Amino acid sequence: MTYLAPHHRHGRVDEATAPLLRVENLHVEFQTSHGTVRAVEGLSLDVRRGEIMAVVGESGSGKSVTALSIMRLLPSRNARITKGRILFQGRDLLDLGDEQMRDLRGRDISMIFQEPMTSLNPVLSIGEQIMEPIRIHLGYDAQRARARAVELLGMVGIPAPEERLHRYPHEFSGGMRQRVMIAIGLACNPSLIIADEPTTALDVTIQAQILELMKDLSRRLNIALIVITHNLGIVARYADNVVVMYAAKIAERGAAERIFHQPRHPYTMGLLRSVPRLDMAPGARLETIDGLPPNLAAPPAGCRFAPRCGYRIDACAAAPALVPVAPDGEAACHRVAEIENGTIGRAAPPAQPAAGSAAVPERRADLLEVRQVTKYFQATRAVHNVSFTVRAGETLGLVGESGSGKTTIGRLILRLLQPSYGSIVFDGTDITAASDYRMRSVRQKMQVIFQDPFSSLNPRMTIGDIVGEPLGYYGLAGNRAARRERVTSLLENVGLRPEMAQRYPHQLSGGQRQRVGIARALAMEPRFIVCDEAVSALDVSIQGQIINLLEDLQNQHGIAYLFIAHDLAVVRHISDRVAVMYLGEMVEVAGKEAIYSDPLHPYTQFLLEAVPVPDPVRERARQPRLLTGDLPSPLNPPAGCVFHPRCPHAAEECRRTVPRFQEVRPDHFVACHKVAPYPDAVRA
Amino acid sequence: MLSYIRKRLLMTIPTFFGVALLTFLMLRVMPGDVVEYKLRADGGALVSEETIQAEKRRLGLDKPLWAQFGDWAIGLATLDLGKSMWTDRPVVEEIGARIQLSLQVAVMAVVFGVAIAVPLGTLSALHRGTFIDQFIRVITITGIAMPPFWTGMLLLLSLLAVFQWLPPLSFTPIYKDPVANISQLMWPAMAIGYRLAALVTRVIRSSLLEVLNEDYIRTARAKGVYERVVIRRHALRNALLPAVTVVGVEFGLLVGGLVVTEQVFNLNGIGRLFVEAVARSDFMLIQGLVLTTAAFFIVVNLVVDVLYALLDPRIQLH
Repeated sequence: MTYLAPHHRHGRVDEATAPLLRVENLHVEFQTSHGTVRAVEGLSLDVRRGEIMAVVGESGSGKSVTALSIMRLLPSRNARITKGRILFQGRDLLDLGDEQMRDLRGRDISMIFQEPMTSLNPVLSIGEQIMEPIRIHLGYDAQRARARAVELLGMVGIPAPEERLHRYPHEFSGGMRQRVMIAIGLACNPSLIIADEPTTALDVTIQAQILELMKDLSRRLNIALIVITHNLGIVARYADNVVVMYAAKIAERGAAERIFHQPRHPYTMGLLRSVPRLDMAPGARLETIDGLPPNLAAPPAGCRFAPRCGYRIDACAAAPALVPVAPDGEAACHRVAEIENGTIGRAAPPAQPAAGSAAVPERRADLLEVRQVTKYFQATRAVHNVSFTVRAGETLGLVGESGSGKTTIGRLILRLLQPSYGSIVFDGTDITAASDYRMRSVRQKMQVIFQDPFSSLNPRMTIGDIVGEPLGYYGLAGNRAARRERVTSLLENVGLRPEMAQRYPHQLSGGQRQRVGIARALAMEPRFIVCDEAVSALDVSIQGQIINLLEDLQNQHGIAYLFIAHDLAVVRHISDRVAVMYLGEMVEVAGKEAIYSDPLHPYTQFLLEAVPVPDPVRERARQPRLLTGDLPSPLNPPAGCVFHPRCPHAAEECRRTVPRFQEVRPDHFVACHKVAPYPDAVRA
Repeated sequence: MLSYIRKRLLMTIPTFFGVALLTFLMLRVMPGDVVEYKLRADGGALVSEETIQAEKRRLGLDKPLWAQFGDWAIGLATLDLGKSMWTDRPVVEEIGARIQLSLQVAVMAVVFGVAIAVPLGTLSALHRGTFIDQFIRVITITGIAMPPFWTGMLLLLSLLAVFQWLPPLSFTPIYKDPVANISQLMWPAMAIGYRLAALVTRVIRSSLLEVLNEDYIRTARAKGVYERVVIRRHALRNALLPAVTVVGVEFGLLVGGLVVTEQVFNLNGIGRLFVEAVARSDFMLIQGLVLTTAAFFIVVNLVVDVLYALLDPRIQLH
């Protein structure tokens, strides 16, 4: 598919090839207490029938605002479209009356939102919510609308749809709710669906199911799809064309393959390099984009990316226009020509793994040992019979989908929760029943970094107080001056300026706050840190910075990490060994190379296949097998092997007996009946 | 749901016992009793000590505390609240004669208040920051600031000044003469309901503003749902939940706590009975009244919880 930028396409446009949606020179402003924020500036894009267009960018880049502008759902109190046209089927949506626009929404254009947990009305049954647009737009009576709702639920893969109609959103899992959202989106056969981060809140196996479903439906029903995302893997797999946004403007656009293989804007290039990928050489350090995105209330003059750009020249003081790049698309950079002919921007070839590193690394001493730990919350079995070790100075990645019990494990180790059975040994001491007094000294050596840098820092304490607080508790820094000095060195250690000590959390960006959380953990000079989804809430370019920081600190101080995360590529990047959990049980633990190149447990295999690789050619050549069904309820876990209801290899013994978690290869533990120890492992 | 209600009602038994014991003890701690009030009105010079002791014996006030409480508690178990120590009429009768009026005023006030608060609160939220919102804010803050008896006096005075008319002074049960009944009780109900309306309007306004920012409201709009349906069906139903709590608490207060307002409108309600009973140290009547109002609170709370479950399917009553 060849792409022509809108302003190249003059004259008559053939009806058949005319874009379904054309956005021209869109400008959107928000009035905030910090002044006027120009959230979108001069955005243009074309979307054709049946096309999948991806809009990529970090938070605040204007991608969601663009989507809401097309729907005309911007908050009317403080947002305003100041310039531009939004042509849908030839009509300018900005000229339509409110009533005409309402009639269009849900009928011709529908939207799927990011948060399936909060996007459905909790007090209405899902049947009512699906039937609503059908009755309004298609004028169906209750009976026909119900039949259509049942049909739609079947189409999006919800079993027993008739019964489910009467259910309420809280009775569905996140993945199921997102299916309901898609069913609502499809209800009136729209010609355009806008999906704003449709799978960000979902687990990776569910994400793959949902995306396959959306792609299949868009192809089958010839629906144009705009997918807004920050996940480049998704873009690579599904998008025909990509628009990359940075700080309210388009940085680059073009066909997906070209964007991935020949990015022409330094931001796109940086973005692609800063994402950890499953196909990356292990041990390679992440390249990051330094600095922070600009404040849109007072954007820098000239090129907005210039302050973070390694290729900045004097010309960048003037704002660059979008210039065409070969063979398609446009990029807004003064140095496109130089990038195109390869004078600058050649990425350093990824570091190759050192020869011989595949040999089994020597085992370090165990720092933490979790022995057959089980945790019940009333009747719910959150963690069942889990054993693993964390060795001194290593990173153990702990992965699993939501509800797998990985966060509970972290809390059990920190003794924020008490295990129901089993024991936890830290540094040679059994801490399972240690007294509070005893735990005090253990906690010094054992710290935690939380997921949400926004809510885990006390908003009324200065950064200096937050970082210095544990020093006071444990009497680690005698007087005030010593304490201040220590705080300063801690802040510098995590890449923050010492002046930051005077500020409050709300004055910091998400990445800076996460650095504060790390500094606080480091204050105790711990030997072990539980990182609970420590980078999940951060934007891609910031995430890379934090991962590198964690690795540096480990090298400097020899800290061991338990790195709990759901992003498998990040885990692969940072971990020495990886543990995989499913429904409260440990299914596989092995060295990173063994897990990623030769996963033995069927669940691990599914999990890895579900992750899209940010490379369109390779991604599209892949035919991933998708895990079907939902996570069973931990209230009533399956008998035998917990994975057997979803496992393609399940046999009679899997239904009856619980597989032993055993070492099947050197330092490779698996709980599966079908994996024979040593030579004859099952291959799917 | 029914088993939940049964369980909750069973749980009220210890609550009642606690209320009964506490009220009983607190009253006995206070100096003086009904006999002294009755017979020593003039300094007690004319009444012999013997007469006083005889009267105390007759009322059972000479018995030890545990025996007094025992007698009363046994009566309670058979729903016998005892006799008023002042009038000798059964407490149940004394309360029964007044409760009808008090309940009716409370119900009318709540109906009036909610009927005003829902549209006003919605309007205020939808037009946040505009003249309409400001205007409603003035009305509601006035309502919260003015005590209902004062509003009531203003109402009566304006009725008198404009129509040269005053509502009937004596109570007629609604089943005997609805017109006379309503024309007497609507004024106090309005005075009390205004304050309630003001309170609930504020609650609805803020909860609706919060709900309107929810993701599912955006979803509803993205579906092309008519704006008025978005407000009514999607937003208001969620926004009413906190209002239900406020109305519940207020309703409980209205049944026993309208002392001054009843005075202004010359209503013979529970509030006035309460004051009289306390003034005369009529222990039996006070105890009966406290238990009655406690019963109202308990029932209203249960109704609120059940309403919550009906409005919000996420709430499961166990």
